Amino acid sequence: MAKRTRREIYLGEGSGTGSGSQHLYVNMGPSHPAMHGVIRILAELDGETVVNADVEIGYLHRAFEKECEAGPYNNAIPYTDRLNYVSPLINNFGYASCVEKLLGIDVTERCKYVRVIMSEISRVSDHLTCIGASAMELGAFTVFLYMIKAREYLWELVEDVTGARLTISYARVGGVKADLPDAFGVKVRKAFKETRQVLEEVGKLLTGNRIFMDRMVGVGALSREDTIAYAITGPLLRAAGVSYDVRRAQPYWAYDHVEFEIPTGRNGDNYDRYLVRMAEMEQSMRIVEQALDALPGGPINVDWAGRAIDPASYVDLGKQGKTEGLLLIPITLSPNLAGIERPLHRALNVPDKRVVLPPKENTYGSIEGLMNHFMLIMDGYGIRPPKGEAYFAVEGANGELGFYIVSDGTDRPYRVRCRPPCFPPMAALPRMIEGEMVADIVPTFGSINMIAGELDR
Amino acid sequence: MDGQAILLRLTSTFGPGIVETHDHHGDPTAVVERSAILEAFRFCRDDPDLRFNVLMDLTAVDYLKYPEREFGPRFEVVYHLYSLPHNHRLRLKVRVEEDDARAPSAVGLWPIANWFEREVWDMFGIRFDGHPDLRRLLMYEEFQGHPLRKDYPVTKRQPLIGPNN
Repeated sequence: MAKRTRREIYLGEGSGTGSGSQHLYVNMGPSHPAMHGVIRILAELDGETVVNADVEIGYLHRAFEKECEAGPYNNAIPYTDRLNYVSPLINNFGYASCVEKLLGIDVTERCKYVRVIMSEISRVSDHLTCIGASAMELGAFTVFLYMIKAREYLWELVEDVTGARLTISYARVGGVKADLPDAFGVKVRKAFKETRQVLEEVGKLLTGNRIFMDRMVGVGALSREDTIAYAITGPLLRAAGVSYDVRRAQPYWAYDHVEFEIPTGRNGDNYDRYLVRMAEMEQSMRIVEQALDALPGGPINVDWAGRAIDPASYVDLGKQGKTEGLLLIPITLSPNLAGIERPLHRALNVPDKRVVLPPKENTYGSIEGLMNHFMLIMDGYGIRPPKGEAYFAVEGANGELGFYIVSDGTDRPYRVRCRPPCFPPMAALPRMIEGEMVADIVPTFGSINMIAGELDR
Repeated sequence: MDGQAILLRLTSTFGPGIVETHDHHGDPTAVVERSAILEAFRFCRDDPDLRFNVLMDLTAVDYLKYPEREFGPRFEVVYHLYSLPHNHRLRLKVRVEEDDARAPSAVGLWPIANWFEREVWDMFGIRFDGHPDLRRLLMYEEFQGHPLRKDYPVTKRQPLIGPNN
């Protein structure tokens, strides 16, 4: 294929020119609606059958790995938002957990449950987007609107917790930015009720639909051996009948405390991938509901005898060194701190001064807190894991999302590698579409759920 | 098998082919001689006790500015293997010198190595012998240099490409 990519592509070259028939080269993308503007497929066609295909990626390369090396450990967290921009929370937590593994610290119980809850909400929104978009590309526009409506309910939850819908930057090394808001459980149950209704409707529209099945059943299939050889994980591997899920195989956070099933398919075709994703959304919602019920309070130690004082005099006292008992007074310095006031901060973050920024009450109210804050913020003094390397994998919406970090003992990661879950299926895409019709490229590509942010990094 | 047992099995099979091993943070790791790496892959994949049938990740690290590694072999190619039947992991590494930056290709064992190795060639300039189609993957053909090398400045600009008007 190397020569062919360089070859000029003329419409009209091919059959009819010269004696006999010739293959026709067709360029799909990157400016093609189904290719999301970031993928180029160069297909060699015999009539309408794909004989050979070459996939070109890299149109969204943003030097994620290089940029991570350029700043302190926590600076990489906003970059991880942009890896999988449909479920950014999972990337956030995956990166933070890898640094925690390097540091050898264990986050608090409450933080683990918060991470599980937010990850699973993200997973549902990711699957909703995938099924909605790929159904739209087959002409089922209604499904897309329904699914995006449901995703909206979930993104409102995400917005409630993180303050943003997409670029959330919610994880921190050693904890999370802030606690869940008040009455979050009620909101989640309401959103899930609506989402389940949407899923039921979509199930009725698609699952037995003749047109949908004609386009999906037996299309884009990859055998179990090929799927494994191509290191494909996630829904695509499970659709081929292998029940591998990092959440079950190597449980992290609180996944060993919740019950869930791993839906699998049999044929590894597009239709099984669709069914697996539909079933996984229900399982994710189940996990969230269990985790919300089991959400531990955490070690909140507050001296309730202390009187509340107004923030200005609190800061004044701190400046004068009259810090006795001050650190025990529950105080709200600013409404912007919602969710991260001192008692909540303790419940969510590791009690490790080398890693986690102190609560703002301490930073403004005591010299120790201020010094601690600066020791973590100053260039060259931040989080400094010992020399070494660690690989940490979480189950992203598309499969195993791994981070491999090498530390040289300074406050900047020496090397950050992200193992993107949709990279292997993209590498196997030519294999999936060869021998099939041109029109089958679109549903197969849709079933991969290619997310260019993590694919190209 | 736990990490120690995996490493013990590797060292007893390959002897001097294994340069060093460690088990930091619970990730069993073995540095393998370049000449023995393909044999080690085949052993890891086919041995009934190991059965590492998934090449989960393949990447490289440039140790040019790493403390105490400035003079050693500059690159390490890092392979993360996973075993579906046994649910265990292993990290294998191969050290390569800057002036001989090449490693054997694993495409014959795992087809996914094709794209992983293209990315490593693109980002680090390490060649893979026996690779069927070693082109750049993320960058474009006219790109100069290998951006994840430590001596590639993060602010470096590339010449504009395209038709000259």
